[in-house]
Amino acid sequence: MATTYRTCPRTGLQFDLDADKLMRWNAVAGVLWLLVGGITALLVILTRWPAIKLLPADQFYLILTAHGIDMLILWIIFFEMAVLYFASSTLLRCRIATPWLGWVQFWLMVVGGIMTNVAIFQGGSSVMFTSYVPMQAAPHFYLGIILFAVGALIGTGVFFGTLVVAKREKTYVGSIPLVTFGAMTAAIIAVFTILCGAAILIPTFAWSMGWIKEIDAQLYRMVWWALGHSSQQINVAAHVSIWYLVAAVAFGAKPLSEKVSRFAFLLYILFLQLASAHHLLSDPGMSAEWKVLNTSYFMYFAVLASMIHGFTVPGAIEAAQRKKGFNNGLFEWLRKAPWGNPVFSGMFISLVGFGFVGGISGVVLGTEQINMLMHNTFYVPGHFHATVVVGTTLAFMSITYLLVPTLFRREMLFPKLCQIQPYLYGLSMIVLSLVMMGAGTLGVSRRHWDMAFSGAPFQYEWPGAAYLMMGLTGIFGVIAVIGGGLWIGLVVLSLLFGKKLDGGATSDKPTPIPDQSAAAAASGTGSEEHTNVPGTVVLAITLLTCFVLYYFVNWKYLSEVWGLS
Amino acid sequence: MSAILPPSERLWWKQPIAAQEWAWIGIAFVWAMIMFVMMVYWHINGKQNLSNEVYKTTTEMFTAKTDAFVAENTIRTEVSLANPDLKIPVVKPNAKGEAFLLARLWSWYPILELEAGKTYKIHLSSVDYNHGFSLQPVNINIQVIPGYEHVVKMTPTKAGTYAIVCNEYCGIGHHTMLGRIYVK
Repeated sequence: MATTYRTCPRTGLQFDLDADKLMRWNAVAGVLWLLVGGITALLVILTRWPAIKLLPADQFYLILTAHGIDMLILWIIFFEMAVLYFASSTLLRCRIATPWLGWVQFWLMVVGGIMTNVAIFQGGSSVMFTSYVPMQAAPHFYLGIILFAVGALIGTGVFFGTLVVAKREKTYVGSIPLVTFGAMTAAIIAVFTILCGAAILIPTFAWSMGWIKEIDAQLYRMVWWALGHSSQQINVAAHVSIWYLVAAVAFGAKPLSEKVSRFAFLLYILFLQLASAHHLLSDPGMSAEWKVLNTSYFMYFAVLASMIHGFTVPGAIEAAQRKKGFNNGLFEWLRKAPWGNPVFSGMFISLVGFGFVGGISGVVLGTEQINMLMHNTFYVPGHFHATVVVGTTLAFMSITYLLVPTLFRREMLFPKLCQIQPYLYGLSMIVLSLVMMGAGTLGVSRRHWDMAFSGAPFQYEWPGAAYLMMGLTGIFGVIAVIGGGLWIGLVVLSLLFGKKLDGGATSDKPTPIPDQSAAAAASGTGSEEHTNVPGTVVLAITLLTCFVLYYFVNWKYLSEVWGLS
Repeated sequence: MSAILPPSERLWWKQPIAAQEWAWIGIAFVWAMIMFVMMVYWHINGKQNLSNEVYKTTTEMFTAKTDAFVAENTIRTEVSLANPDLKIPVVKPNAKGEAFLLARLWSWYPILELEAGKTYKIHLSSVDYNHGFSLQPVNINIQVIPGYEHVVKMTPTKAGTYAIVCNEYCGIGHHTMLGRIYVK
């Protein structure tokens, strides 16, 4: 296999140049889709802001469909392909398996993404991200997503192949690193997700062509959500891996316990795909038993996994900082963290926002009976902007501040603006999520063009507080769009005009990862010594307290509505 | 020595877990079980559980049932604000406390008139796309799916005029799909 390796002089990371190019192209494609998604985001926000109401109804639904597809699928999965190649080829210091298949992945995803967008912008496919049958889109809307998914499936194949290559060519000793293990979790969930997607989108495509007559509307929802929600679980596994990655790079942090962190990822593999149920809790077609078991990821085992990661990631940082001597009080390790480094600040806001806002709201929303208070309200997009945007997108943004110098070999321009960006974007997005959930709690619908119901046979006046929440949604939405636009601008300008950096020495052969166990034995810390992490314990207990209070407050709300049985 | 390198302990699965980590896993596990049991508990002792009574139906069947229900039980009509020629029937549940509510592009049909404190069996279905039954300002939200007749038992608690907002996107007229329930 003729390939060349280079070793980044700044990080010591070793890149197979085939993988290097694939990562760069996938990441750039992701950023371009984020740009489209960001422009549509602004239009959506300015239409849902009651004082502005920019677009007419037909254009609003068209743009909202594009926003969902371009953000939730195209931006994130392109970036995840880069993450998968990084976590396999780069971290294991081996050649990437079948780079030509990597290019098949890339071009299929490009063609699929463009095809679906063409269908949307032609105007006949304003069916939303979810495309619930029997509402029908143009055939190439479905075909584009199918091609994109096949591309992504091939990408996971290249990832698994690369793991085999590394093992066979002995580029590392022992077990794969935790971050690679997390990426593998994401890839396994991706395979499940894409197969579910095939199971529903191929028949739906056939139906749109007139080859089959009918698809059951309830069955569609169940199988579609095995694609729709599970794909968000790929994101969770990917961004948790990035949290560990940033902790390792920024602090040299070591997992508190490899066993615990890997077990938590294993719980994801076993239970996260049950999440389809979250979207069916207020549906007629499933029994209560089915809902209770599935919505809880089988007794909340995947939630347990996230709570474990929520402890072990900051715990690893705290332990590393305490070893460096930041030992005063509960929180010196956190105060003295590199808050001016966007790689760390973005990652930490992602962690806290995902846990406190996205995580808690998600579990409450996914409680069988409480779901009736929130199903299809503005609460739902409020929740997932805290998980997918604050959690995943912000984690991807923060790691990009590392990837631009090391992978793209360019220095980031405007370092001051880079410092501000994660705060601007992350904090405004957290507030946005909260006010969206506030509006949803007051009943405001998602995917709805007109709070005034003009043209309806009756009148209904939303409470004033709902209008206030929607106005705040507008304001913080615009700030978040500015924060996201700033990131795109910084990254694109740096890639084009940033100072070129030395790519490092190249070689025909990979340099294997030195045997870690030998180094550990030599340094005399062969057996594990535990560092106490009291600050993390306090953070975790705070999270739990918020969680418990908010959870039971919602049961209280539920007990006050009409009786249902 | 970090998460991006192979574990320095080859036998990492034999390493002990620190007490603080164990404690957190234990607490999180107990909390997970409490949340799981809460849903089961509410089915036994709670007063807000979504009905499991569902029948397969078709557009024709459900339209016929609703039309028959409206023909027998209409008490008066109301004029639509949007269209002065359109008279919408206001209907009381029948003697068995049953009522039909049909969702279609873009209306909820008919208007129902209920009494506070009584329990009714509301038959909900759609005859075209997915719709969302969102009762405001109570804030109860139920998915309405074509082909499925969902029999939901409801007990209104307070007199008043309630709106049914459609909160599942159903096309260009989605925002005009507003229904009404009176509670006396």
